[in-house]
Amino acid sequence: MRYLPHTGEDIAEMLAITGHKHLDELFSHIPEAVRYQGDMGIPEPLSEWALTEHFQRLGANTKAATARAVLLGAGSYSHHIPAVIPSLINRSEFLTAYTPYQPEMAQGTLQGIFEYQNLTARLLGMEVANASMYDGASALAEALLMALRISRKKSTVAIASAIHPHYREVVYSYLRAGSFGIVELPTGPDGRTDLSGLQDIDDLAAVALQSPNFFGVIEDLEAAGDLIHGGDALFIASFSEPFAYGLLRSPGSCGADIVCGEGQRFGMSQSFGGPGLGMFACGRKFQRNMPGRLVGETVDLEGRRGWVLTLSTREQHIRREKATSNICSNQGICALTAAAYMASLGSTGLRRVAGLNYDKAAYLRESLIGAGASPLFSGPTFNEFCLTFKEDFTPIRKRLLERGIVAGVELGRFYREYAGSYLFCVTETASRAVLDEVIEEVR
Amino acid sequence: MTVHGPGTSGLILDEPLLWEKGKSGRTAFSMPDQDVPEVADRLDDKLLGAGPDFPDLSEMDLVRHYTRLSSWNFGIDTGMYPLGSCTMKYNPKINEKMVTTAGIATAHPLLADELSQGVLQVLHELQYFLGAVTGMDSVSLQPAAGAQGELAGMLIFAAYFREKGEKRTKILIPDTAHGTNPASAALSGFTPVALQSGPDGTLDVESVAVLMDAETVGIMLTNPNTLGLFEESILEITAIVHQKGGLVYGDGANMNAVMGMVDYKRCGVDVMHLNLHKTFSSPHGGGGPGAGPICVVSELEKFLPQPHIVKKDGYYQLEHDCPDSIGRLHAFYGNFAVLVRAYCYILSMGAENLKKATQLAVLNANYVRESLRQALHLAYETPCMHECVFSDKLQQKHGVSTLDMAKRLIDHGYHPPTIYFPLVVSGAIMIEPTETESKEDLDRFIAVFKGIIREAREDGERLRQAPTRTRLRRLDETLAARKPCLTG
Repeated sequence: MRYLPHTGEDIAEMLAITGHKHLDELFSHIPEAVRYQGDMGIPEPLSEWALTEHFQRLGANTKAATARAVLLGAGSYSHHIPAVIPSLINRSEFLTAYTPYQPEMAQGTLQGIFEYQNLTARLLGMEVANASMYDGASALAEALLMALRISRKKSTVAIASAIHPHYREVVYSYLRAGSFGIVELPTGPDGRTDLSGLQDIDDLAAVALQSPNFFGVIEDLEAAGDLIHGGDALFIASFSEPFAYGLLRSPGSCGADIVCGEGQRFGMSQSFGGPGLGMFACGRKFQRNMPGRLVGETVDLEGRRGWVLTLSTREQHIRREKATSNICSNQGICALTAAAYMASLGSTGLRRVAGLNYDKAAYLRESLIGAGASPLFSGPTFNEFCLTFKEDFTPIRKRLLERGIVAGVELGRFYREYAGSYLFCVTETASRAVLDEVIEEVR
Repeated sequence: MTVHGPGTSGLILDEPLLWEKGKSGRTAFSMPDQDVPEVADRLDDKLLGAGPDFPDLSEMDLVRHYTRLSSWNFGIDTGMYPLGSCTMKYNPKINEKMVTTAGIATAHPLLADELSQGVLQVLHELQYFLGAVTGMDSVSLQPAAGAQGELAGMLIFAAYFREKGEKRTKILIPDTAHGTNPASAALSGFTPVALQSGPDGTLDVESVAVLMDAETVGIMLTNPNTLGLFEESILEITAIVHQKGGLVYGDGANMNAVMGMVDYKRCGVDVMHLNLHKTFSSPHGGGGPGAGPICVVSELEKFLPQPHIVKKDGYYQLEHDCPDSIGRLHAFYGNFAVLVRAYCYILSMGAENLKKATQLAVLNANYVRESLRQALHLAYETPCMHECVFSDKLQQKHGVSTLDMAKRLIDHGYHPPTIYFPLVVSGAIMIEPTETESKEDLDRFIAVFKGIIREAREDGERLRQAPTRTRLRRLDETLAARKPCLTG
């Protein structure tokens, strides 16, 4: 096997040093009763060439792969990834390194993560960001736990029902063990979260909104922030499509205390939903309450600028059960990818691509409304929107699928009350020709 | 004769921060066509922002930036990385290629099962393989990391006792455990009770018997433990826990030591996680992402995170309606691309080579242990598995610490071993060579380490000053924590 360098001669010489007669003797202290019985029932090894053939078959069996366009987001978005991003980030000095515990030989990772923290803070309009969490869903759960830690005596949180349904499920899993109350806030006819019941909730530590929300509707974060702070609760802003902030005001500028969301869009492939990138930011006054790893600036013995992991007294390897979180990793290579991606766009590029997303989505939305569909909600949108059709959309969707176009997702699987309505997404990757085909089919 | 490691000096290029370079108006992004009309009044002014202040760089600016940063880094591909408890084995290149296969890389997670058969097949087969390797009955691939796997396991413990109507609040965790164990237990509402390891580094059956009671959910143990020692009393310990109605959680961080050798179900383990980025070769990525699947006995299968991935009549599907499940832990199905790499590794190795990898990993660790035991203080005489733990006890009289020896290894072109962990060994030096290091490479590492130990006697200052051949010298971690500067 090409990954195993030992020759028979090596093994014999090494066993002579260790004082064992054969390899199995190295395991002689393991009780017989717990020994593995028989072989493992795993297929015979595949060569590189056989493995590649196997994967070509698997790829071909994933019919979504051959789709010409997937006009579907709902937490996973198709965006162009410049060739330069994987070419740089897949360099094995980055990819095959461990957590930067020895900073003198990990300055590449450390500077790269420091830059990621900085660009993330800029994007979200916040003072500090951490080195990343697993994904947008667990980042939201951790943000709520952080808010509960900061608020100490309060034990209830409110989350918008317009937050991605899967994110809410993860919140329930994470918060279940504590004796916390979770209140879901309803969605109004404009598709925005209805905050009118907020003052009736006692003991409220934090309120979480997502913008653009699961329906693609942009929340009025500033007004929401005023209301939430008026009730003396912390304001958590979540997101699943950070491209929106190329166009929209940042959550930080609208008063959010903690901002968290999914960053996979920034240069990672969709890969059936993972790995993702949990982006996480807050105000400086809360930085010691933050979960997750942090990279900070310092100097070396000769006064030169450098970077290290820092504020680790919050973390599990020192604080054990009293840590701010059980997390002990970050999405290292994903964070590095996102930083390179944000830098590849720059201010100028992000603005243009975000504008293009808006324009293309508006084109399909307005055209389908012109062809007889009606918007499910009246609120403003970015690159996702919900429509209701006069007649059953299923046969039309099926015909489009046969031509390699995935047209939206039916909402009933997430919200029974919106069954029969569809959520669409249009990014810069969809050509006008494809959009025109959809419009033609509906018309 | 002094043996040198592969480390030498070379030309290292400086590079500023991203926002210290570039010029407004540049971009490295190939801009798609504006083939639809540009909307004049896109949104209400109240919602519109100016966009973030990002640096504008050309493609070449970006290429030089990251290429130079990469030259300041050290990966497994650069050299030996014997970081204990991290299993820094070779990360095969073919796996990186397979994840980019069309359909694998581009699959949207919410498409109908019939459009996703290929990716679901990968997940379903990987579940089977991991069950086969551990001996456990059922597997969930959803946890995104070992720590999230632990959380899943603890939530399963909680769900199990909730169903039984028992109120138990404590959990036994050995003092050698990784810090995530108590943190995950606490997050799940349990109070950790520390179990002291015995003089030989392993757990004492009596102390488990004394502490395990009707208010305790069970035990969370790592086997082989974080000292690289196999818990030989595992059967007695798990029997006590089960007799008192508790469950056993196994931290499978050290699975690389026992593939094909130990059956965890036969050990009496009820739930365990695996770290695919350790045992199953997916790259660590400078800190992540990894994957931390959990394996359970059939009695606990219904509690696994949802959706479950099942095969019915030759058709793979996602089963969302699992009423007893602890719920969802990831926005979709876990770190899929990491899972694909582990799947490729298992298919490339086959059962026989997985077992061989374990045998060679244990051989390499024992070889290093025997070769360095005269020069360094060996923490325990108990036979070791895939890693060995020394300390700086013999070097302290020369004013040289574990940290100094570790930093001196850097000058020779080696990543240092894990240091100061586990906490039960003062000044611990934990070496895990893994099976992918050859005898010649181990011999050179051993010779270099012996040279450093000699230096500790003769020229301690040289060690205290190390490293001197890196781009930066030792960094001031106290300053970084006292005056945190996290964004510049």
